[in-house]
Amino acid sequence: MSDIDARHPVDLESKRFSIKKPEVRYDKQGERPDAERLGAAMTAFAKDMGRAAAVYMESCIHCGNCAEACHFYVQTGDPKYTPIWKLEPFKQAYKREVGPFAWLYRALNLKHAVTVEQLEEWQHLLYDSCTVCGRCSMICPMGIDIASLISQARHGMFAAGLVPHELWAVAERGHREGSPLGATPKVFKERIEWLADDYEVEMPLDRPEAEVLVTFSSIEIMKYPESLVATAKILKHAGYAWTLSTKGYEATNFGLLSGNAAWQRDMTLKLIDAAVACKAKVLVLPECGHAYTALRWMGANVYGRPLPFRVLHISEFLAEGVQNGRIRLNRVPKSLTFHDPCQVSRRGGATGAPRVVLQALGVELRETRDHGSLNWCCGGGGGVVTIHRADELRYKAFEVKMRQLDATGAELTVTSCANCRQTFDDGQAHFKWDRTMGSLLELVAENLRD
Amino acid sequence: MELLDFARGPALWSSLAICVLGVAWRLWGIFRRPVKPDWSEPRSAATAAGALRMIVRRMWHHETFRRRTFLSSFNAYAYHIGLAIVVFGFLPHIAFIQRLTGLSWPAVPGWLFIVAVGAVFVGLGWVLIARLTNPVLKLLSNFDDYFSWFVTILPMITGMAVISLALDQPYPARPLNPVPVAIHLLSLELLLVWLPFGKLSHAFLAFVSRGYTGAAFTRKGAEL
Repeated sequence: MSDIDARHPVDLESKRFSIKKPEVRYDKQGERPDAERLGAAMTAFAKDMGRAAAVYMESCIHCGNCAEACHFYVQTGDPKYTPIWKLEPFKQAYKREVGPFAWLYRALNLKHAVTVEQLEEWQHLLYDSCTVCGRCSMICPMGIDIASLISQARHGMFAAGLVPHELWAVAERGHREGSPLGATPKVFKERIEWLADDYEVEMPLDRPEAEVLVTFSSIEIMKYPESLVATAKILKHAGYAWTLSTKGYEATNFGLLSGNAAWQRDMTLKLIDAAVACKAKVLVLPECGHAYTALRWMGANVYGRPLPFRVLHISEFLAEGVQNGRIRLNRVPKSLTFHDPCQVSRRGGATGAPRVVLQALGVELRETRDHGSLNWCCGGGGGVVTIHRADELRYKAFEVKMRQLDATGAELTVTSCANCRQTFDDGQAHFKWDRTMGSLLELVAENLRD
Repeated sequence: MELLDFARGPALWSSLAICVLGVAWRLWGIFRRPVKPDWSEPRSAATAAGALRMIVRRMWHHETFRRRTFLSSFNAYAYHIGLAIVVFGFLPHIAFIQRLTGLSWPAVPGWLFIVAVGAVFVGLGWVLIARLTNPVLKLLSNFDDYFSWFVTILPMITGMAVISLALDQPYPARPLNPVPVAIHLLSLELLLVWLPFGKLSHAFLAFVSRGYTGAAFTRKGAEL
């Protein structure tokens, strides 16, 4: 999966132990003076410094417990992966520039000003080694939501032009083309027509009015088109008046992952405007974790008022359909284990929905030792899967997941996040693992009862 | 003015004033930060209850984390409870508080006080060793951590020097050796002065921080 970064070529020739300390590898976007970069980072960071973030910044007792919840620390034992340490320059900046005793810290120089070199060094910690999965937020005895602070720090990093380049490029393409993987409206339309034709399913596009607006993630559109077909089959089965919209179909939001609030806003507004235009009562989000965070919990705040429609993750939509009898399922006499997408479950509060669906499918659900809100992340969330130089670290984190899933001995493995699924596919190929991650959505579509 | 009079008078009131004003300033510094309205449709509106539940919930770890954090959690409880017993359960301390506020309560038995003192010394010793040797704690620790440790253990050390009578007997209001008592009191006052500025403020910030996350997570229907 790794590409070689031309500016930092991988050395395959030198003897293994001759390399003492690899050069810190970081990317920069644009050419501008360091002072300007730093100023932009601090301004963007301070701009978002609300009350909750200030409470968190003040409250850390340096107990180090958060390290024990982070797959990157647990798998490597490297203390730099301690979640709260990943925020150190921003804690430093907060204390010096924003906090209640900032004047004292500045006057006595008790906290030094943050430098660009620090931010460059921390790029690896804020991006490569954090999936924003929020497991650390579950262990903190002070209740600090560390993951929310990481997202905020990424705003500062983006403003400074200090984002891993692969992630930046994907986010920029998403902003420019409307989709990070090239699913432009034209490509999307062609793909929908192809799928409708090939699979003989109705996939309504741009209906002027519809009860349900369905959205997809770019990974589904480009890599898992079966998910699009599965969605269409289920909506037909349940008898919904639904549509897709070329104005708003792409739920993936790399503005959120990379730390560009303006790009995040643009992507979000496209979906909202599309739903408003077709007078949708429900907007269904795809099997995508961060899309859920971006629209379900942040969308209305981008919009500036409550959304005039409900936002449901596809697993919630399926659960509702099962509960109100619109979706009727055949029994699946197999054992199954479920991987909870962090943003939907731990960070999103929809842990129960997939389990309602799995119960209706009649599978023997074998939970992993840590599941639901305490699950281990797949290792590829938060944009990490896009960062090639982070591959080795990500594979280490993935080993936890493999161990726990294997321990269940379940026949099937499913999730409800295409990004997790992609990370699993990559991990499977890397480790030559005999377990393939499936989709809850597709499992439902395969077992609809007529 | 003798040293004890200074410690019981101007120094005590000044340190209390700095503590109260410092805490107020720190809280004001936090609460003056803006709050953006959250327009997302809440899964639960019981956010105040969620804040309270979180304050209680994070008093212990989720089961899955306990194996890796058991010793540090056990130790933290041991010396925090020990400190509470020493500060509020020792007869001379109760007499001191009674002189200041008029409030009093029964003292703990002498043996329990000794156990508490032991827990504090062992616990704080362990904390320091962990900070100096554990790679994660070593990396995270800064002046605040070590100075907070110092101002916490200092009154314990100076307190040991003034124990001269049976533990469950009342001490005279005017001690026979006033200088060690004055030093003990001054060491406590140092702690009071430092409390609002450093990490000892977790004594009150724990409730604020847990409360915020508890409310936010409850709103989303997420587990605490």
